[in-house]
Amino acid sequence: MITLQDTLLLSGFLFFIGLAGVLVRRNVLVILMSVELMLNAANLALLGFSRNLAEGTGQVLAIFVMTVAAAEAAVGLGLVLAMFRHRGTVDVDRMRGLQG
Amino acid sequence: MSEQSSLLLWLVLLPLLGAIFNGLVGRRLSSRWIGFVGCASVFGSFLLGLVAGRPVFASGGEETALQTVYSWISAGGLNVEVGFRLDALSLVMVLVVSGVGLVIHLYSIGYMHGDEGYGRYFAYLNLFVFAMLTLVLADSLPVLFVGWEGVGLCSYLLIGFWFEDPQKAAAGKKAFIVNRIGDLGFLLGMYLLYSLSGTLHIESLRQAASSGAIGPAAATAACLLLFVGATGKSAQIPLYVWLPDAMAGPTPVSALIHAATMVTAGVYMIARLNFLFALSPDASALVVLVGAFTAFYAATIGLAQNDIKKVLAYSTISQLGYMFVGVGSGYFACGIFHLMTHAFFKACLFLGAGAVIHALEGEQDIRRMGDLRRRLPRTYATFLLATLAIAGFPPLAGFFSKDEILWKVLSSDSQALWAASWVHPLAYALTLAGAALTSFYMFRLVFLVFHGQFRLPAEKHVHPETPIMTWSLMVLAALSVVGGWGGASLLGVHAFEEFLWPVVGEATEKMAALRPFAHSHSAEWLAAGAGVLAALAGWLLAWRFYLGRPGLPERVARATGGLYRLVLNKYYLDEIYDFLVIRPLSALARFFWKVIDVFCIDQIGVNGSARALGWLGQVGRRLQCGDGQVYAFWLVLGGGIVIIYLVVVAGWF
Amino acid sequence: MSAVLFWIFGVAALVLGMLVVVLPNPVHGAVALVGNLICLAALYAMLQAHFLAMVQVFLYAGAILVLFVFVIMLLNLKREELGRPRVTASKIAGMALLGALGWIFVRALLALPRVTMPEAGVAFGTVEEVGRLLLGRHLLGFEVSSVLLLAAVVGAVAVAKRRLW
Repeated sequence: MITLQDTLLLSGFLFFIGLAGVLVRRNVLVILMSVELMLNAANLALLGFSRNLAEGTGQVLAIFVMTVAAAEAAVGLGLVLAMFRHRGTVDVDRMRGLQG
Repeated sequence: MSEQSSLLLWLVLLPLLGAIFNGLVGRRLSSRWIGFVGCASVFGSFLLGLVAGRPVFASGGEETALQTVYSWISAGGLNVEVGFRLDALSLVMVLVVSGVGLVIHLYSIGYMHGDEGYGRYFAYLNLFVFAMLTLVLADSLPVLFVGWEGVGLCSYLLIGFWFEDPQKAAAGKKAFIVNRIGDLGFLLGMYLLYSLSGTLHIESLRQAASSGAIGPAAATAACLLLFVGATGKSAQIPLYVWLPDAMAGPTPVSALIHAATMVTAGVYMIARLNFLFALSPDASALVVLVGAFTAFYAATIGLAQNDIKKVLAYSTISQLGYMFVGVGSGYFACGIFHLMTHAFFKACLFLGAGAVIHALEGEQDIRRMGDLRRRLPRTYATFLLATLAIAGFPPLAGFFSKDEILWKVLSSDSQALWAASWVHPLAYALTLAGAALTSFYMFRLVFLVFHGQFRLPAEKHVHPETPIMTWSLMVLAALSVVGGWGGASLLGVHAFEEFLWPVVGEATEKMAALRPFAHSHSAEWLAAGAGVLAALAGWLLAWRFYLGRPGLPERVARATGGLYRLVLNKYYLDEIYDFLVIRPLSALARFFWKVIDVFCIDQIGVNGSARALGWLGQVGRRLQCGDGQVYAFWLVLGGGIVIIYLVVVAGWF
Repeated sequence: MSAVLFWIFGVAALVLGMLVVVLPNPVHGAVALVGNLICLAALYAMLQAHFLAMVQVFLYAGAILVLFVFVIMLLNLKREELGRPRVTASKIAGMALLGALGWIFVRALLALPRVTMPEAGVAFGTVEEVGRLLLGRHLLGFEVSSVLLLAAVVGAVAVAKRRLW
């Protein structure tokens, strides 16, 4: 049987893995994909709670999260393209224009 | 007993208006106008004094004229009004100040002729008269203090009149600063009196004193504090050091301020507050001692000085000591009497010295003068008369006033516990010796300046005497002769004392304790004889030294060696003060400046906080690295701290 | 039975997630991510969120990830351009922090009781049910998210254009 505890554990691990990716990797695309991972972890948690409380609202929220993820992926990839055209690289460490 | 008079305000204000006029427009006017306005304002005050004083004269000193001008301070329990009081005592002072002041103003027209600061001079001189009149006419202590400070300010302005010379400017500063030290004592005395009686109005204080609101210990404290102020203003030990230096100012200034008026303010103050000093025999005994000792001490210094004005300066200090002996023994009328006669002959002496200096175009060293009696005959005559007066030869003014004091101090006893039997005899011995010394150094001055050989270079041109200056000298000399005849108690004339009796009589009676041979007329004649003998002795000795045997002074000086040098250098008191007081204070000031102000406040405080902020900014600047991942790290860190707190510390799980 | 499946898909999702983060080549990472999303879809189904599972596969794996792969291919990164990983202080500190947080997380969760989730009813998770909620109670969110998508489209076009008219 599936327990809420297991679901949440799984969700948490996935989230932390995604967060690690955001903090460590230099490639912008990998960072974006790590963010998607984090969003999915959140979705899992939402659905776990939704099932536990027998509330459909959690699923609706999960849909919204997906929508936002889609929008964010679109804009983010547009930015990556612009970045690549401008700088010739997708290395985050090279993007220090705002350094003061 | 008292009536309102609206003239008193004008009496005080006329010189002020003269000062403002000369100060503001003096530059554009001819010196004739400046001199005219300057003298007219003082003359106006003199006339108003006579007019307003008519009821006082007519009633033999009983009546007083009062005027309240406006309410100055009204704060909580303290109510001070600016008011004037013309009673017998202040009337005498007003007439002396404005009268002698007028003569000196006229003299100054001749003396200061051609000086660049002519207008400024008369403005300051008028301002001084204004302040002095405020002082003597004040009916409450704060107003008196305004005048007190005012004369101090004017003495600074006038001593340092030729301020381009740094030494003269320094002399002005010294006078003001030393006065200030005394003023602290005066202020503390005032505060004490206020806290004891709740008022600073002099008549109210008198009632408080008689009703017993002021206990003997408190009265002693207040009197001592006020006396500290008097030692500053009236140049007694220990605060007399400014007066010799004050000779840096123009000679008429020395005559007016440092002979006739300002320095007498301390004596006047004690006479005014006679009821307070009557409550405290201890303080009065101290006044007598200080006065007597100063009289002797200053006379010894005067023996060896070679600057004509310095001799007169120390003579002034010495004579002021006599006045304090008078008021300290409770004989306030005697002290004021000597104040008045001293104003006449000392002003005459100073103006005479000024005439000599003016004639010799600035020479002040008596070793370089001589045989001027033929070239400056009228100056010589008046100077000689004034010298006879100060030495105490009858029937001139000084004899009566000085001998009065000597007799009174001999024939009475002090009620002070700590000094009862020896204060007055000691004071008598000191003052009698001082009288002999006075006669000696004054005749030394006369013989060296006017007699003997002409020690200046032969081609030195001696200016002829200026008429207006000579005329002033003659007026003062005449007063030196007749001025004492109103108080010749030896001959049974007690007019002066009786005139002042309504003001000071009660206190005098309270303080007078009698000794066996008091009021004995024969004893009084004997004492007078002793005084004349002292004067004669001084004269003879001076004759011997300076006219008889020319080499004698140098031989004696060499023989006494160290003692002579000690006296010549005024017992090195200025140097002692410099070492004990001024150097530590300068060091302290330097510490406060270099360490606390420049270093602590400026370096650490002001510049330091600027640098700290700059440093903070630099630290903050590093935070913006431009690396998004580092920003993400900070985000996680912040969130992590919150989560850790919630889970671990607040126990949300 | 369902527990076993749950754990199989769960571990798979974890491993594939690890691969996303670890693999140097973003194409490989994208593929791993696709796998991860499909595993998650299975998990959603096991949590009785059938509609969501479908949407996950169509939308996430099918549309968003395709977009990702498309862009990765478009960029056409060479091997050398991928760069070596750099070790910095913030990365080490970050990992340590994540370690600490993870540990706290696990400890906290393990304190929860292990209870089976209650039955949710037959209609739970169906299209009808979700649709009813979406267009009923959460209509405002629905409308707002459509505006959001519009904004995202316009933004993406504006950002990625080569030249403004």
